[in-house]
Amino acid sequence: MEFPGLINYWIVVVLMMTGFYIVIAHNNLVKKIVGLNIFQVSMFTFYITMAKVKGGTAPILAEGIAQYSNPLPHVLILTAIVVGVATTALGLALVVRIRDAYGTVEDDEIEAQENDR
Amino acid sequence: MEMLLDAVSWLLILIGSAFLVVGGIGIVRLPDVFARMHGAGIIDTVGTCAMLLGLMVQAGFTIVTIKLVLIVVFILFTSPTATHALARAALGGGARPQVADSPADADAGEGDSPSKT
Amino acid sequence: MSLMVFMAVIGFAVARLRNLFGVVMLTGIFSLTSAVLYVVLDAVDVAFTEAAVGAGIATVLMLGTLALTTSEEKTVSDNKPLLALLLVTITGAVLIYGTLDMPYYGDPTAPIHHHVAPRYLMDSAYETGLPNVVTSVLASYRGYDTLGEVFVIFTAAAGVLLIIGRPQRGRRRARRDAQWDIEHGIRKNVILRVVSKLLLPMILLFALYVQWHGDFGPGGGFQAGVIFASGFILYALIFDVDLARAVVAPRVSRFFLALGVLLYGGVGVVGALLGGNYLDYSVLARVPTDGQHLGILLVELGVGLTVAAAMITIFFTFASQER
Repeated sequence: MEFPGLINYWIVVVLMMTGFYIVIAHNNLVKKIVGLNIFQVSMFTFYITMAKVKGGTAPILAEGIAQYSNPLPHVLILTAIVVGVATTALGLALVVRIRDAYGTVEDDEIEAQENDR
Repeated sequence: MEMLLDAVSWLLILIGSAFLVVGGIGIVRLPDVFARMHGAGIIDTVGTCAMLLGLMVQAGFTIVTIKLVLIVVFILFTSPTATHALARAALGGGARPQVADSPADADAGEGDSPSKT
Repeated sequence: MSLMVFMAVIGFAVARLRNLFGVVMLTGIFSLTSAVLYVVLDAVDVAFTEAAVGAGIATVLMLGTLALTTSEEKTVSDNKPLLALLLVTITGAVLIYGTLDMPYYGDPTAPIHHHVAPRYLMDSAYETGLPNVVTSVLASYRGYDTLGEVFVIFTAAAGVLLIIGRPQRGRRRARRDAQWDIEHGIRKNVILRVVSKLLLPMILLFALYVQWHGDFGPGGGFQAGVIFASGFILYALIFDVDLARAVVAPRVSRFFLALGVLLYGGVGVVGALLGGNYLDYSVLARVPTDGQHLGILLVELGVGLTVAAAMITIFFTFASQER
């Protein structure tokens, strides 16, 4: 059936949902950023899995190789990885600033402080 | 000649993998932080170097071998340094090596490391 | 694939773990495992970048944040798990239902292998003359997207500077008295200092090698910039941050941050002035292939400069915060 062909996508979905769960269910801001990172890596894996061709090699032209894997998703993911780390850096800077402003990095405590204001 | 080279490289890679497995089991099962670093050290030196030597035999006298030699040199530089830094940090964090059979250290040996797993 | 199952296990462990320090370490391992997975899936450039960026820079920044915000052991209190689990399960089920129509893993007749990719693979050899198709696509065929990406890195560094880049009070000049020497001096960290001083030139040299070798093998501007920055980060971690700041002054790193973007945009403008389109490299030299080589070289240099300067700036901004 479709089992061996689609199992990669299913594991990617599992990873994605793990990251999603960490983002929405945990209160600590740093942990949320970590969950976002896991989500991003699962997306990258999804694209790279789509790019792979059975029997192909890395897309570096060399003598005697007939089949290459698709280079276009690789380019996309290269960009996405660097953008991801830029976003993570910015997010962590925001966490540091929030800590300075509120004294905590727990989401519910921050909300309580905001509601008390 | 080909078969001899293949056999030697296979042997080296298998030895390296065996040491990797042993080191991995050691990291999990040994009782103390410093003993676990032993396991990590085994993985980094014998395991990695044996596997890379096996790969070098496979690659022959090409530029790949030179790159592999550089990798081996780099690992031999950095891995003991990393273990040293880890041990120093563990000492600074308050872990003391578990000394099994000296009654004078009975209370100090009892203080097992706050294991960070 | 067992690697992906391993990654899923690590993901679960990250979700369940409460000690933030362990979570950050597991994230580094997660990135490294995904880099290995990418090599198995033939994406060598992507694996290089993920290993350098994900397992290197991201881990260092998260550790810096942990040192600045919370103590090392902080418990995480999650108090709405059931609703979140329900939502996650429903979304996951819908996504899995969506993947049922997708082509099988490794299928060569999948639609994405039939439109633009064969053209890139077949024409890249005589249009750009580079063996590494990923570099030629990144810098030449899709150069506009890469320009946008360089702008994103620039903006991230500028954003970090704006958010937490206050002038450092009390750390402006490094104090080098006897007490400082006992605590931080050469006698305390001999092994680390000697080995890092031995390795530092090799790291910088390797960064330069990766930068220029990106045309022929895995590599290119991003990886080279990150490796270059990691050399400086190593120096700052083992020696004092102020010493590293003295080596790379903030003005210098900001200058190179802007210079890289300017170089990239400038190459595009020069291409437009010489009669082609914006970012058309074929008009930069008499032979179009040489023009492509020159254009890709300059553009990758710009990318490398900006990425290195951005990572250095971000790390030093994190590291020179007051505690």
